[in-house]
Amino acid sequence: MLHSYPFRKLLNRAVTVLMLLAVVLALIPLFSILWHTFERGWPAISPTFFTHLPKPVGETGGGIANALAGTGLLILLASSIGVPFGLLVGIYLAEFNPGGLGTVVRFLNDVLTGIPSIVTGMFVYSLLVLTMGGFSALAGGVALGLIMIPTVTRSTEEMLKMVPTSLREASLALGATKTQTILRVVLPAAIPGILTGIMLAVARVAGETAPLLFTAFGNRFWSLRLDQPIAALPLQIFTYAISPYRDWQTQAWGAALVLVTLVLVLNIVARLVFHRDGR
Amino acid sequence: MAQGMEIRNLSAWYGSQQVLKEINLPVSPNQVTAIIGPSGCGKSTFVRTLNRLHEIIPGARVSGQVFLGEVDLYAPGVDPVSIRRRIGMVFQKPNPFPTMSIFENAAAGLRLNGVDKRRLAEQVEKSLKLAALWDEVSNRLGQSGAALSGGQQQRLCLARALAVSPEILLMDEPASALDPAATLKIEDLIRELKKEYTIIVVTHNMQQAARVADQTAFFLNGELVEYGPSSEIFTRPKDRRTEDYITGRFG
Ligand SMILES: Nc1ncnc2c1ncn2[C@@H]1O[C@H](COP(=O)(O)OP(=O)(O)OP(=O)(O)O)[C@@H](O)[C@H]1O
Ligand SMILES: [Mg+2]
Repeated sequence: MLHSYPFRKLLNRAVTVLMLLAVVLALIPLFSILWHTFERGWPAISPTFFTHLPKPVGETGGGIANALAGTGLLILLASSIGVPFGLLVGIYLAEFNPGGLGTVVRFLNDVLTGIPSIVTGMFVYSLLVLTMGGFSALAGGVALGLIMIPTVTRSTEEMLKMVPTSLREASLALGATKTQTILRVVLPAAIPGILTGIMLAVARVAGETAPLLFTAFGNRFWSLRLDQPIAALPLQIFTYAISPYRDWQTQAWGAALVLVTLVLVLNIVARLVFHRDGR
Repeated sequence: MAQGMEIRNLSAWYGSQQVLKEINLPVSPNQVTAIIGPSGCGKSTFVRTLNRLHEIIPGARVSGQVFLGEVDLYAPGVDPVSIRRRIGMVFQKPNPFPTMSIFENAAAGLRLNGVDKRRLAEQVEKSLKLAALWDEVSNRLGQSGAALSGGQQQRLCLARALAVSPEILLMDEPASALDPAATLKIEDLIRELKKEYTIIVVTHNMQQAARVADQTAFFLNGELVEYGPSSEIFTRPKDRRTEDYITGRFG
């Protein structure tokens, strides 16, 4: 049935308005979280907040220097596991046509993506914490790294598949080996997308808390040792937020603001990298 | 003097679908051989079997022999990579490497062979001149290869193929994406290049085949129907199906 033109125009308007309304509704929680975090966290922010260590219980002041450094180190550790493994598996899936095995790997990868991060934490707890005799930065890094692998794998595979076959053929026809083709032609063409995927994966694990509870554990002191418990922003937020002290609660909001900003910046930079040179 | 080729009993499949049936074709050195035929008759597949590019497609298969000089490309133990270095290819759609500069595109094949810096620059200039692109790009060799016009990109791809001094040049409808002026340029080039190379060119355009090719082969449904000097194929075809095709009754 064909409706009259004025009716269709009206319907079009109505649906457009409804969709805009839905968009606004979806954005309200996001912006209220951002605003609330900013409002509560801002009073805690000062230069010393970034450079000082936590004060002993009962004293006010102090900062989150150890948690910042800890999160930095944990991200470094996680990336050094998640990025190479994710890259290699992604390249394997996209470029080596593994057929049935590929389907299995892809399925397992999807399962891995869906595993609750606390389960990954438990796994690393029994694998590393129990065997090494204590909580450690290493265990925390491994747990976050495992969480990164499936995301990096997925995005790498997808970005490589977007590279046109004609480029691979051009390279092979020149007498390049498969390895040369991947390294010189396919990867360079996909690198902005792959970097974006890596940054989004980093942004995701930067805020992970559950798997760190029983791996990295947290630390009130400055430590960058791999075999010792280490502080991390999300752990610090957790400890401070549930404490009875006003000052610590404010600091929890401050740390949350720092974490959210970090994640936001990573996301924005990731988008910029991807859209550089008009892609 | 360039090498010739000799194709014997060549068949090719995609999975279980046979698309080339027992092709026998001699390719004379320093001549242009045109492959003509209706869409889907197997022209692209045919040229892709000549540099062993067909086999990179999953499920694709070839039987028969292709001689380059004395060597059968499909003999056991022959490395397809070393074969592809001896046979240049220009594709239907221009496909310069988008992440590389114009210079690096032309140098891509040479880089694989580890050519030293000075000779690299010389060779790049030579091949860009050979592809009649040098005058248009000599002052912006550092720009991206993707920033050129379609016709310039195709000539860049030609330069890329020529830079490694192959013995055979395969061209799969090199002018299909180009305007008439650029097409004529490519045709002039083909005539020029046959002094040094043996050229096999796929084309949909019979006038083009008549203009540039010494020999013409007519394919239909994966079979080689007729083969001979272009002058004869286009004026006195022996096979009824060839005649129907070149007079435009089908295809
Ligand atoms: N990658 C592929 N997988 C499966 N079948 C294919 C593939 N490429 C081509 N074919 C089939 O093989 C046959 C020959 O294709 P080919 O590309 O060689 O034809 P062509 O003569 O080059 O046609 P055109 O003039 O349209 O370029 C066609 O029937 C086509 O459907
Ligand atoms: Mg074709």
